[in-house]
Amino acid sequence: MNGYYAKRILSALITLLIITTLTFVMMRSIPGGPFTRERPVPDEILKTLNEKYNLDAPMYEQYFDYIKGLVTFDLGPSYSKIGTTVNDLIISGFPASARIGLYATILIVIFGIPLGIISALKQNKPIDYLVMFMATLGVTVPSFVMATLIIYFFAGKLGILPSFGVTSPLGYVGPVLALSGYSLSFVARLTRSSMLEVLRQDYIRTARANGLSEFKVIYKHAIKNALIPVVTYLGPMIAAILTGSFVIEKIFAVPGMGRYFVESVGNRDYTTITGITVFYAAFYILMVLLVDIAYGFIDPRIKLGKEK
Amino acid sequence: MKKLLSLLLVLALSVSLLAACGKTEEPSTTPETTETPEVTETGTEKILNWNVGADPKTIDPTLNGASDGGDVINQTFEALVREKSGEIFPGIAESWEVSEDGLTVTFKLRESNWSDGSPLTAHDFVYSWKRGMDPATASEYSWIWEYTNVVGAMDVVNGEGSMDDVGVVATDDYTLEVKLNNPTDYIVSLLSFYHFMPVKQSSVEAAADGAWAKDPALAVSNGPFVLTSYKIGEGLTLAKNPEYWNAENVMLDGIKGVFIDEEATSYQAYQNGELHFIPTVPTAETPRLIAEDPNFYVFPLLGTYYYNFNLNLDMWQDVRVRKAFALAIDREMIVETLAAGQVPAAGFVPPGFLDADGNDFFETAGSYGVPTDGSKVTEAQELLAEAGYPNGEGFPEFTILYNTSEGHQVVAELIQEMFKTNLGVNTKLENQEWAVFQDTRKVGDFELARGGWLTDFMDPMGLLSIFTTGNAYNDPKYSNEEYDALLSKAAVTRGKEHFDVLYEAQEMFIADMPVIPVYHYTDVMLVSEKLQGWDRSVLGTVDFSSATLVE
Repeated sequence: MNGYYAKRILSALITLLIITTLTFVMMRSIPGGPFTRERPVPDEILKTLNEKYNLDAPMYEQYFDYIKGLVTFDLGPSYSKIGTTVNDLIISGFPASARIGLYATILIVIFGIPLGIISALKQNKPIDYLVMFMATLGVTVPSFVMATLIIYFFAGKLGILPSFGVTSPLGYVGPVLALSGYSLSFVARLTRSSMLEVLRQDYIRTARANGLSEFKVIYKHAIKNALIPVVTYLGPMIAAILTGSFVIEKIFAVPGMGRYFVESVGNRDYTTITGITVFYAAFYILMVLLVDIAYGFIDPRIKLGKEK
Repeated sequence: MKKLLSLLLVLALSVSLLAACGKTEEPSTTPETTETPEVTETGTEKILNWNVGADPKTIDPTLNGASDGGDVINQTFEALVREKSGEIFPGIAESWEVSEDGLTVTFKLRESNWSDGSPLTAHDFVYSWKRGMDPATASEYSWIWEYTNVVGAMDVVNGEGSMDDVGVVATDDYTLEVKLNNPTDYIVSLLSFYHFMPVKQSSVEAAADGAWAKDPALAVSNGPFVLTSYKIGEGLTLAKNPEYWNAENVMLDGIKGVFIDEEATSYQAYQNGELHFIPTVPTAETPRLIAEDPNFYVFPLLGTYYYNFNLNLDMWQDVRVRKAFALAIDREMIVETLAAGQVPAAGFVPPGFLDADGNDFFETAGSYGVPTDGSKVTEAQELLAEAGYPNGEGFPEFTILYNTSEGHQVVAELIQEMFKTNLGVNTKLENQEWAVFQDTRKVGDFELARGGWLTDFMDPMGLLSIFTTGNAYNDPKYSNEEYDALLSKAAVTRGKEHFDVLYEAQEMFIADMPVIPVYHYTDVMLVSEKLQGWDRSVLGTVDFSSATLVE
């Protein structure tokens, strides 16, 4: 078991290194730089800026300096918010994004999974059609449309939600709803199809034949197995949702870190792009690892580290 | 173990179902609770709710180079003078005197304090200005010293001269003497710009790279308001500064600024009464707001939107060809489509500059035969035919390059259509992401590329001088010795002579037609009628120093 974790951690570190390297090299190879301005910056100032941020050093040197910083969790200064470090951006942005993401995740789990199960159990009944109709809608309507509609109706027409910000508890309603819409629908659909699949399995028939109560069949045998694909999806989804969404954060004016993913690319803010990407990647890898551990609990046949 | 787990799962499910029931009830309980967090105007406190726009990169006056930062700085700092709607008011300087030869400007400073209560003297200005010039400070706006004509300033900016030779001296605690290379009529109004606002040395040195300005504990300032909180990506709060020299005329108790860069959200919040002042509105709303809403304001901005010919290419060598393309577009139609009150541009200098006789430069200059509508299409066709391309036959297809944005795309599509129908010339459209576009344009890898220029001081020279040979922003690579000579002359002349030279320069420029002027920019804003007494500088910076809120 310990050997397994050591292997996993080692492979995670290698993945992170590859991601860092790729982001680092790719960003620097596209045209434009962090100090490209409509009104060109005087040469002397540009020189100072490049020196200051070590951008005049050879690429490999910059790279090793960056890795050195990374090891000590120092992601460097942001070029586009002077006087602010990438660590500051993550420290200030992540909690806001994560809070919205966490509420959205809770919503997704407590609504998505039960709705999927109910749908599967009442297959081809009106409730199934209703849930699947809503779920299809949720999957196809893009989040920015949903966000705009929420603001238009709940903040504009009804005036029961604030138009922007997450300074009051109600401020969370809009962003959480808009953020969870897609995944909630997806989870409901996934749960339903996986549940239907499981219900057709031989062991369910056997369980029923053995005279187990329907309740026991469903809860003890069916759901647990049906949840495996759902858990597989939930892991990476949580990583993506907790690190923020550019669209949702922009529309609801949430001070999260999701927007840095996009804005920093436009600004050629090399350190921010790389830093945020590494943070996201690390979080993602961690979530995937947690999913693997969760498998073991849901289905004891899956034993970690004994794949061979 | 297995039993326990399944039990837990069942428990979790039932809890979630219960929670689900609880959740469905929520909407009915929400309306009551929402009434309370209607923040701000508690009692008699007058707090302005303002959308700053994007989270400013910095709010250190010396380092700032962006309008959102400038808007905040204009509330927290005070320069020697304050400009409102084009008029100069005394700021920290009580009075000033320009010497006979125009080469020395002496400012008499009032006795005033920093927000921490310490005295503000002429030495603070000397320190702040030298900090701005110093390449070690790396202020992106240090190029502006070129236009001040301050003795020795550009040498320092270019890393060649010594700080000791700079013509800025505090002759005593309250007298600031500024020496100029050439007489510069606009110098006093230019000094109202944020780059020239004073900063306190001990604050600046307490946190590197302007971080002090966003830290309420360190952000000592001298303006009408002082920073009380700053949250990255969220907003800031300002409180009235009791130490401000003119504090008795500051009516607001504070300002709550938010950073919303999504226009639709900001507009919704304004309509809900959550915001009093928003700097932009969704484009789709502009025509209606212009027509119906008296609280919607459109101001001219001192800038021009245009297209650059790449004069390094053979295809643009014939001035008749360039003229033909410039005459073939209907500027009024473009402006009507954009519908934000923009002014069609026949020349390069926008409305808003007064010449020595007090006449508007833009109006006096006239149109140089360049139409604002589509009335000269026949002339354009004739010019193109004379140049050897009757009905556009034989003229190479070329690419219109612009940076990715809805607005730019609209303009590009319109002129593409106009070139096609009016001249019979086919073009392709290409858009590039902003940073890529700037690089492409700078290296001259284009045929026809969008350009835009906004100036930061009250003289048409700021616009015309970018097309002198070798200027970093001369994207068409226009080079005309006579034009260069005229602008050099403009730099050292004053009054009528100065403006005559500039009129002549613009005439020469349009005769050579290295760019296609399209329109002059405008600045729009939506302001609640509750907010009274607000103002803005001609350069587009908002001013709440004498604003108040009424019921």
